Amino acid sequence: MTDTLKAIEVNCETGEVTERPLTAEEIAQRESDAAAFAAAEAERTAAAEALAALKTSAKAKLVAGQPLTEEEAATLVI
Amino acid sequence: MANTYKLIASSTVGSGGAANITFSSIAGTYTDLLLKVSLRSGASAFNDYVLLQFNSSGGTAYSDRQLTGNGTAASSASRSGNAQMYAIASSGASNTASTFGNGEYYIPNYAGSANKSISLDAVNENNGTEAYANLSAGLWSNTAAITSIVLTNNSATNFVQYSTAYLYGIKNS
Repeated sequence: MTDTLKAIEVNCETGEVTERPLTAEEIAQRESDAAAFAAAEAERTAAAEALAALKTSAKAKLVAGQPLTEEEAATLVI
Repeated sequence: MANTYKLIASSTVGSGGAANITFSSIAGTYTDLLLKVSLRSGASAFNDYVLLQFNSSGGTAYSDRQLTGNGTAASSASRSGNAQMYAIASSGASNTASTFGNGEYYIPNYAGSANKSISLDAVNENNGTEAYANLSAGLWSNTAAITSIVLTNNSATNFVQYSTAYLYGIKNS
């Protein structure tokens, strides 16, 4: 579904509610914000996946009696 | 609800959604403000921050400290120097269908001449796996009276249809 780029404004003095299309400046800011959000989400997801992989590797090495790397050991320290 | 609460204004998002919701021309005749929201965004991720901006004033004046629990783990976040306040949280498209994040943002002494401290609490759910409870302390380092509030999503997606925001004024007598 394509986003409808509109803004809602409620005037608290008059009670009037208006809906208007976003301005070009607002659309540009929104696109910039969306790109920043996507980048942050990608970074957060990558970090979570890396941590999960380290934990899996650490567990496997513990079971096998193999030495852990410092990063793997760090995932086990509470 | 105490009889000193008065509904100032409300907004329900209609078909097609809305990029933002603005409460403007807020009179300075109350002691505190309370904004009660039920919001869902178009973000693909779980949960989405609601961004609050006062008086269309950006800069670096917004900061917050956040505590979150999801039923199995606790986490925290600390942010400062932002152009908007990170107010938790609206549900995203990955949350349980047709559920909304619910929150209350309390703004004491909003018309005073000191910086504005704000308490924010919110919950949202994903019935299949988890539910989030969030509590934050926010600060807008600005001494101006708050006369307008703009709500947007951190993901820069729309608030979906049936999202609501209710602004109450509270008097201490």
